[in-house]
Amino acid sequence: MTALALDLDEAVVGRRQRTLLRRARFVGVPLAVALACLAMYLYVQSQDLDNIERRIITFANIRRAAGEQIEIALWATALTLVIAVPLGIALTRPWARRIAPIVIAVANIGQGIPAIGLLFFVYIQLVRSGSTATVLGMAIYAILPVLRGTMVGLQQVDRGVVKAARGMGMGKGEVLVRVEMPLAVPILLTGVRTALVLTVATAVLAAFIGGGTFGSLIISGQAQGRPLAVAVGSLGAASLAILADWVGGIVEDLLRPKGL
Amino acid sequence: MSEPMIRLDKLTKRYPGHDGAAVDAIDLAMPKGEIVILVGPSGCGKTTTLEMINRLIEPTSGRIFLEGEDVTHVDPDQLRRRMGYVIQQIGLFPHQTIAQNIATVPRMLGWDAKRTNARVDELLHMVGLDPSRYRDRYPKEMSGGQRQRVGVARAMAADPPVMLMDEPFGATDPITRERLQNEFLRIQEDIGKTIVFVTHDIDEAIKMGDRIAILDVGSRVAQYDTPEAILSHPASAFVEQFLGAGILLKRLNLSRVEDVEVATGEWPTIDRGSTGEQARAQLRKSGRSHLLLLDDQRRPARWIGAADLERSDAGTGDLSGLGTEVQACVDLRATLNGALQEMLLNANGVAVVVDREGAYAGTLDLDTIIAAIRRMRAASPDGDVPLDPA
Repeated sequence: MTALALDLDEAVVGRRQRTLLRRARFVGVPLAVALACLAMYLYVQSQDLDNIERRIITFANIRRAAGEQIEIALWATALTLVIAVPLGIALTRPWARRIAPIVIAVANIGQGIPAIGLLFFVYIQLVRSGSTATVLGMAIYAILPVLRGTMVGLQQVDRGVVKAARGMGMGKGEVLVRVEMPLAVPILLTGVRTALVLTVATAVLAAFIGGGTFGSLIISGQAQGRPLAVAVGSLGAASLAILADWVGGIVEDLLRPKGL
Repeated sequence: MSEPMIRLDKLTKRYPGHDGAAVDAIDLAMPKGEIVILVGPSGCGKTTTLEMINRLIEPTSGRIFLEGEDVTHVDPDQLRRRMGYVIQQIGLFPHQTIAQNIATVPRMLGWDAKRTNARVDELLHMVGLDPSRYRDRYPKEMSGGQRQRVGVARAMAADPPVMLMDEPFGATDPITRERLQNEFLRIQEDIGKTIVFVTHDIDEAIKMGDRIAILDVGSRVAQYDTPEAILSHPASAFVEQFLGAGILLKRLNLSRVEDVEVATGEWPTIDRGSTGEQARAQLRKSGRSHLLLLDDQRRPARWIGAADLERSDAGTGDLSGLGTEVQACVDLRATLNGALQEMLLNANGVAVVVDREGAYAGTLDLDTIIAAIRRMRAASPDGDVPLDPA
């Protein structure tokens, strides 16, 4: 009885700490990003910009870059989910036990290829549109974490739970939807969050193939020897990646089933 | 004999690449309303046999009958909803509340919310958990014993005629296990399900079973009979070996306290409201060393000795502060083995017996148990069951 009470106390304390941490993150992360951007804004304002700098560093450019980067990342993540989650589910079914390691190995190679090489390959060989090529390339790149998350998430589901569900007369599909998937969600979402951050952060590479994004500010600044433009582009890209992680964290918290 | 609830007809399971069958043509009939135990050494195929009954494992050959109906080839999901299933790992759904867990099968059967909720509360009551307190909890917020109770409640949710239980109490500590076993036997008295129960523990088999099937490798039935018959006539050397040491002690597990004579006048008792003076008089009259103090609900509270009463001041003091708390307390339905253990722990060498409500019902001493053992040995066909040399 006492042991139980202690356990529960510990669980309560753990939960309280987690809640505090979550609240701090919820407010702190966007606040820090906003402060960094404000500092950059004030710094740029205080500088005497030359013609070229004035042409590159405009609100319109920044807005467009942010929009392009978010759009590419969202499409890429969506495409990744559509491919990787069903694939992950399929590979954890008993009949796929033999091919699972092979698929994982291929996905590993996918992530091992340098992202920039992958982008150029897709661009030159497959599609001649910078943003579409980026979406495809990023999706290939981000499949691994989501595939892993789905498979590990499903594999760690207690076999006893699945057996009990089958033994009570749940069909295989129902066990998957009502039991396995909800229990896989926390780990699956960690994979999705990784994929989201990965795509947001690497989407800057789209600039090399005319896909826009903050990469275009960085490349123009670099080409024309204007470090301030590079700094603005980098801060923009970094801010987006950090905010993507923040959103991912919130989604994880919201979608994690109660009771886990 | 009327049609058994479950009948296995030459049920066989072979796995590809393995010599011999995991389950080799087992024939077994399980009568309605009885607890049938499948017990045997590990690897004997008892769990495989159980899982073929609800077709979690598909038999290679042979047939399964449920109430006379051949269910070997019916839709397994439909079949399973007619059989409760409890496993050692319990397998509660961690992301669902206790109520949702229990409501699993009713939901699949399409019960409406009102009926389901009423059933959930009824079941929680039945397994001794307060519905208002536990209904909305999650499994991780409960102890192992409580979870196992919920597992049993969940299996009974749609009131299936049959329950399959695979080492249901195997993962709990000995004290919790004992308690769960007793509770389950009490519940079974009311519900009278047909239960197939797998265990590797012969003591659990003897305690829980109306009938025991002792299985050898390949699920070959070495003996299938009542616990009494198995203990008094082991059919083979294998059975004898499996029964192990101390057959007589095991037979004490078969007799319950209510089967022997519980002495009601052996020890003096006194009500809580009495004075020290009355207590002393009572004790003197009985000529005993101690008397038993009962509380307002007539539950045994304390053993009070003559010396304790001398120390108290002139009969004004409250009796409930005197003596020692009653430690050895056994239910009327406790086994003689359990009573014997309590007795050995108690300084007086006496176990206090209580009825279902916990009120005082009498006392049990060592002589009564020894007499019971004598009767068992006399009833044994050879006139004697050899005591284990160890």
